[in-house]
Amino acid sequence: MAIIVERRRLTWMERTYLPQIVSGLWITLKNLFKPKVTLEYPEQAPILPPGYRGAPTLVMDSAGREKCVSCQLCEFVCPPKAIKIVPGEISGNSEYAYIEKAPKEFEINMLRCIFCGYCEEACPEKAIVLQQEFSLNGRTRAEMIRNKKQLYEAGGVLPDKIKKWKKVKDTADLEGGSH
Amino acid sequence: MEKQTVKINVNGVDYEVEAGQNVLEACRKVGVEIPHFCYHENLSVVGNCRMCLVMTGMPARDRATGQVLQKADGTFEIAWAPKPAIACGTRVAENMHVITDSDEVRRCRESVLEFILLNHPLDCPICDKAGECRLQEYSHAFGSGKSRYVESKNVKPKKVNVANKIMLDAERCIQCSRCIRISREIGGKDIFGFTKRGSKTEISVYEGADNESNYLLNVVDCCPVGALTEKEFRFEMRTWFLKVTDSICAESSAGVNTRVWSREGKIYRITPRKNPFVNDAWMSDSGRYVYDRFEKGNRLESARIDSSPSDKGYAAQRCVEILKLGKVAIVANGWQTVEEQFLIGELAKACDAKVYMASHVDEDDGKLVSADRTPNLRGALVTGLISEYPKPDLKELAEKVRSGEVKTVLCFREDLIDLGFEPKDFKSANIIYCGALENDTSRDAKVCVPLRSEFEKEGMWINRQFRVQKFDRAVEAPKNSYCDCEFLVAVLREVSGASFETPSIKRVRKVMCEKIPALRGCENVGKLGVLIDGSAFAHIAFPETDAMHFKKDSREA
Repeated sequence: MAIIVERRRLTWMERTYLPQIVSGLWITLKNLFKPKVTLEYPEQAPILPPGYRGAPTLVMDSAGREKCVSCQLCEFVCPPKAIKIVPGEISGNSEYAYIEKAPKEFEINMLRCIFCGYCEEACPEKAIVLQQEFSLNGRTRAEMIRNKKQLYEAGGVLPDKIKKWKKVKDTADLEGGSH
Repeated sequence: MEKQTVKINVNGVDYEVEAGQNVLEACRKVGVEIPHFCYHENLSVVGNCRMCLVMTGMPARDRATGQVLQKADGTFEIAWAPKPAIACGTRVAENMHVITDSDEVRRCRESVLEFILLNHPLDCPICDKAGECRLQEYSHAFGSGKSRYVESKNVKPKKVNVANKIMLDAERCIQCSRCIRISREIGGKDIFGFTKRGSKTEISVYEGADNESNYLLNVVDCCPVGALTEKEFRFEMRTWFLKVTDSICAESSAGVNTRVWSREGKIYRITPRKNPFVNDAWMSDSGRYVYDRFEKGNRLESARIDSSPSDKGYAAQRCVEILKLGKVAIVANGWQTVEEQFLIGELAKACDAKVYMASHVDEDDGKLVSADRTPNLRGALVTGLISEYPKPDLKELAEKVRSGEVKTVLCFREDLIDLGFEPKDFKSANIIYCGALENDTSRDAKVCVPLRSEFEKEGMWINRQFRVQKFDRAVEAPKNSYCDCEFLVAVLREVSGASFETPSIKRVRKVMCEKIPALRGCENVGKLGVLIDGSAFAHIAFPETDAMHFKKDSREA
């Protein structure tokens, strides 16, 4: 059933619309002289808060060692299945042969990634970190799949607080072990 | 003799269990799991991990008279042992009381785990065992979650190569000694041993000795931690990604129960599955790699007519046309499922063909690799394809082809060139090859139909004990291949106008179990299989020798 809303009849002043127009322009005028709160985005980069979840990247420790040991927990936890890892063994003549395992290939499909940060949370080596890059684009789908090299380039170096592998090596050296 | 039972009380609940077994086994059978590392039901008990500590007690007795003290309500006065005992090394006794979930038992478990973890490297992210590691599971369930240990951990040998099959990491070892017992008791050869003492104890192998054994990889499956890992599977894939399918080993007629682990259509490994009537918990190392046969390069990729690629439907049509010409012989094999062999029997009847088979006999190791290297030769006997043990070649059939008695050979999987045929025989007869693998026969055959490997289909096999066992499909078949049963039903329907409405394997199995008396009741054989009566074939001289759970002459005796 239709409802008829009773409207108040406008006064003569109101019917001229002038006070309303003037008061509206006054608000605009006031804001012209206030400090700006918006960003001119493409020209001006936003200031991202700490803990911002941008593109996932792979990082190295301060010695330049790749931290990832390809445990594939990120691949397991990734909700949109964006991560694909081919595990591999670190060759015997590498200085890090005692760590035994590293990824042969590591791919993140940035078309699939939803920036949830589960991979970072699951990582036992703190090797995958969501950093500040948020504007990802490419001309083809293939371009949007980042391989291991690209991921390390994007990630850079992130010094770690707990030097777990160094401790393993130091103990072995001290005890004259066979690592 | 009737089985003797005893009454026991586990966590306040009374049970009647078989006498003579240990507490751990008795509790498991009534549904109470006691955590353990070193105990294995198929091995001797050593009791050195101390994980299965439980509180035990017996009815108290009057010291003077030796009378069992009973309370007014008929229950017993329990004299609890002052200290916990290991469940694996304690036999059940009449009216024994066991507590597996008290605070004290939980404290025991936590402390044992703390000891074990003192020198454990905690390198789960790079350990292949992660995901199926007992130590991981128990630490999660019973561990304290933190370490009080501040000293450096012991350093032991890592990445030790054992017989080129196993990677030994002594740091991860928890000294359960399962590997020592397996290689001694199952493999029949000492390979592993403890060296050094105390916390420095480490598992080691004889250096420079021949540590090779075909049952070596069983230690990898039974290692409760990642100390022994398979070289072939090393760093290939984490276990939690792998899909497990129950299967049967195709290596020999032993019919070893297996699990096939695959991900996205790729098989990563095969491990044994427990079956107390066939293989206990073991399998041969050679049987773990039978899937290598079906590597991509070896596969028959698409159907072919006169050596040119064709659609599988046309190829099947061409088969029917050729079969209708008459003078047909069928070459079946022992890798086919019972269902397929049954359909071949029907097809042989429909086109008045004789079925030939070739035996594949090799050395019998007296354990789980039997002399007959096909998994289902007994199936061909039961379905009536053959009545005698087949010869190792098909020279008889080759002669018939040469004399013109046989004009068409429908060959499944076998390589005729290997079995007595000569390339010129392919001109004098129409050879149809159906199989998953490419071989000399498929290259020259008139029609080739790509079928599926045993990992891509389901079915049943009959092993050397005449035990019917079923296996499931582990991976997807290549898209151009015909499901064996589907192909046979399609051909059979055309040739004879048979009454199979749908080519589903379940339907075929149902009809087969109705038609063949020996297979009655085998429609659903379950995980352990069903033993059928094989006495009708007692006169046949099978090549298998006495082996694990198999007596050659048990039927005659």
